[in-house]
Amino acid sequence: MAEDIKVIVFKLGSEEYGIEVEKVQTIERMMPITRVPKTYSFIKGVINLRGVVIPVIDLRGRFGIEEADHTDQTRIIIVNVNAMEVGFIVDSANDVIDLNRDSIDTPPEVVGGIRAKYLDGVAKIGEERLLIMLNLNEVLNKGEIVQLESLEG
Amino acid sequence: MDMNQYLSMFIDESNDHLQSLNESMMGLEANPDDLSIVQVIFRSAHTLKGMAATMGFEDLASLTHQMENVLDLVRNNKLRMQDFIFDTLFKSLDALESMVEDITAGGEGKADVSAIVTSLQAIVRGEVPTAAGAAAEVTAAAQKTGDAPVFLDEFQYSVLQQSLQEGHQVLYVDVAIRQDCQLKAVRAYMVFDLLERSGEVVKSFPSVQDIEQEKFDYGFSLYYITQKDASEIQSMILNLSEIDKVTALALDQETLEQMVQDMAAATVEAPVQEAAAPEAAPAAAPVREEAIKAAAAKTVAAPSRTIRVDIERLDVLMNLFSELLIDRVRLEQLATEVQNSDLTETVEHMGRVSGDLQNIVMKLRMVPVDTVFNRFPRMVRDLAKSLDKKIDLIVTGAETELDRTVIDEIGDPLVHLLRNAVDHGVEGVQERIAAGKPETGTINLRAFHSGNHVFIEIEEDGAGINPQKILKSAVKKGILTQDQAAGYSDDEAIQLLFSPGFSTAEVISDVSGRGVGLDVVKSKITSLGGNVVVYSTFGKGTNFSVQLPLTLSIIAAMLVRLGSEKYAIPLSSIVETGIVKKTQIRTIHSNKMIEFRNGHIPLLSLSKFFSVPDFDESTEEETEIVVVRKGERLVALAVQDFIGQNEIVIKNLGKYLPEVQGISGATILGDGQVALIIDPNAFIK
Repeated sequence: MAEDIKVIVFKLGSEEYGIEVEKVQTIERMMPITRVPKTYSFIKGVINLRGVVIPVIDLRGRFGIEEADHTDQTRIIIVNVNAMEVGFIVDSANDVIDLNRDSIDTPPEVVGGIRAKYLDGVAKIGEERLLIMLNLNEVLNKGEIVQLESLEG
Repeated sequence: MDMNQYLSMFIDESNDHLQSLNESMMGLEANPDDLSIVQVIFRSAHTLKGMAATMGFEDLASLTHQMENVLDLVRNNKLRMQDFIFDTLFKSLDALESMVEDITAGGEGKADVSAIVTSLQAIVRGEVPTAAGAAAEVTAAAQKTGDAPVFLDEFQYSVLQQSLQEGHQVLYVDVAIRQDCQLKAVRAYMVFDLLERSGEVVKSFPSVQDIEQEKFDYGFSLYYITQKDASEIQSMILNLSEIDKVTALALDQETLEQMVQDMAAATVEAPVQEAAAPEAAPAAAPVREEAIKAAAAKTVAAPSRTIRVDIERLDVLMNLFSELLIDRVRLEQLATEVQNSDLTETVEHMGRVSGDLQNIVMKLRMVPVDTVFNRFPRMVRDLAKSLDKKIDLIVTGAETELDRTVIDEIGDPLVHLLRNAVDHGVEGVQERIAAGKPETGTINLRAFHSGNHVFIEIEEDGAGINPQKILKSAVKKGILTQDQAAGYSDDEAIQLLFSPGFSTAEVISDVSGRGVGLDVVKSKITSLGGNVVVYSTFGKGTNFSVQLPLTLSIIAAMLVRLGSEKYAIPLSSIVETGIVKKTQIRTIHSNKMIEFRNGHIPLLSLSKFFSVPDFDESTEEETEIVVVRKGERLVALAVQDFIGQNEIVIKNLGKYLPEVQGISGATILGDGQVALIIDPNAFIK
């Protein structure tokens, strides 16, 4: 019997994603972002989070989904991975669920492409919902970013 | 028990003790007869030993233990400090330091110190080579004559004399072990053991070490201090089995002297030592009183009223504090809107309190420069010794405080300047005498506050810098042309020392001239927002003056606007601000240039460089410019508006963001917005 983990659930478009709760520092409402020039387009800039300057990434941009306007529901999820503090802009974040590790399957082959790299697995919740577990190390991997840029450019 | 939680405390305290040991040893070296300093050293070493043993660092503990043995003899007047002992003790300190470093780096503090331990043990046994050849000669002489009287060096002789004066017995004991003895080393050990129970063996031949290793025939002789009679000792030893013969000869002043004189006749080395002894004693005496005073003053200052705080916690405090300031600004805005006098008053009071708080928080990060300076006396001592120079280092203003961030950075440049002063500045003894100067050179290391800056000066009374030689060298190295050199004043010539690729060292010595020049010092200090200049009078000495900002985490900056964005430019790199008309902008090789101080400098569009979405100065009739500098080169940056000058707290952009071109960091403005800090160096290639 594998252990249960707590997962923060957030949305990008119609898809639901999950991040383990230990890696999430806080979830903030949208706040003013200072643009940082001369960097990747998906890095939206930096915010002042209680006196600490933190870079913010638009996850839509990171995954190559068309960027959307910010709404009341837009949230910045501050994660802390490998002592790196980074904010993710997501469409909404309003759920914490318990998940059994056994219910996470490795991502199906079909997904493929660059995006598959960022996925840890896919979990099925109930009958209808599919939750995509993020591999944060890959999402924040800068070597990969360089590769992406050159593909796009 | 888990010791990890005490580890950082152990490391901190060990470093403190090592530092004070180093300092006291230097003090003792200056006044070798001041036993009060020895006491201080002994206590420090003892505490260190105890701590190391508690933490389970055996090697550390055992080395300190050996040092203690030596120091114990010194403080009980049984051993006189001299060069060899100093060198060995300093070596021990270095070894301890590297062990502690190893522990700091996560190691177990293990090190092979057997050589040092052997030397320390030898010192305890009284085998101190006073002169390089002395030890060898003793052995040679003794081997020749077999059972010749044991050679005594100067301090052993004085120990024996003192013992006589204090009414102890000084015996010359000759022991012969039976030829059929199986374990003669053990037998010898038993003799020593027995003797040490009722007195002290000052010197033996062969040395205790050799005896332990059975490197002797069937006899040995020794000088022995005791309260007992010669006959008593004789019978005591004879009571041991397998002892063939014992002669114990009681010595008085005369016979002792006679024995030493016999030695003097036998060896060439001895008269030199004897002559040295009376000379050294009176010379040391007058200094002593002063030293005691100094030591006393030090003990009074010792009980420290400080606590150690993790620098990270201070950073958290700073962050929390800047948040508080932002809220204060918000409250002030609200108060003006609400127009309630009670509220306004409270907010005003809060403003004052938080202002005071800010000062305190800043002060918490201030550290005395002493933390950097404290390793210098030892460094200068060692350097001077290795170069065979005599140098006094006088440190003043060590209590001057600087922000932690600056302190961490200035160590290396200062080391470089000091090495420079010792190696190139102060001349050798002969040269100094020839130049009519005292044979001991002086290096003054000064720190002091002046306005918003701290100055650190390194001044020596050495040979000074010859401007002509520098100009010649600069021409040779292609830094200047012959014509340019002719136009240089002496002072300008001396500043050339800081040019890249310049080194006056004619011979590359071990100490400096390793290819790292003063240009590196200069660029390091400049990168800290400071400056370094050199003044020198040929033949009289040189003064390097380093100017540093009080802190690196707070700088004065000019805030500028580019459309909806705000940027901060460090004031230290701004030469001038101004306005240029469109007609004044010229295009040379498709680069925009403006005239500035009788020359042309490039004009760079910040809005283009940063692709600012909502501003472009190209349509403007008049453009605001900020002229920034990197070294001698200038560039004008076009901006939209000047917002004003402000003190800003520097923050980094976080670990995730790679180095952003043209941006050196960020700061949080009064309204909570983040503004980026421009790195002017990026615009100047």
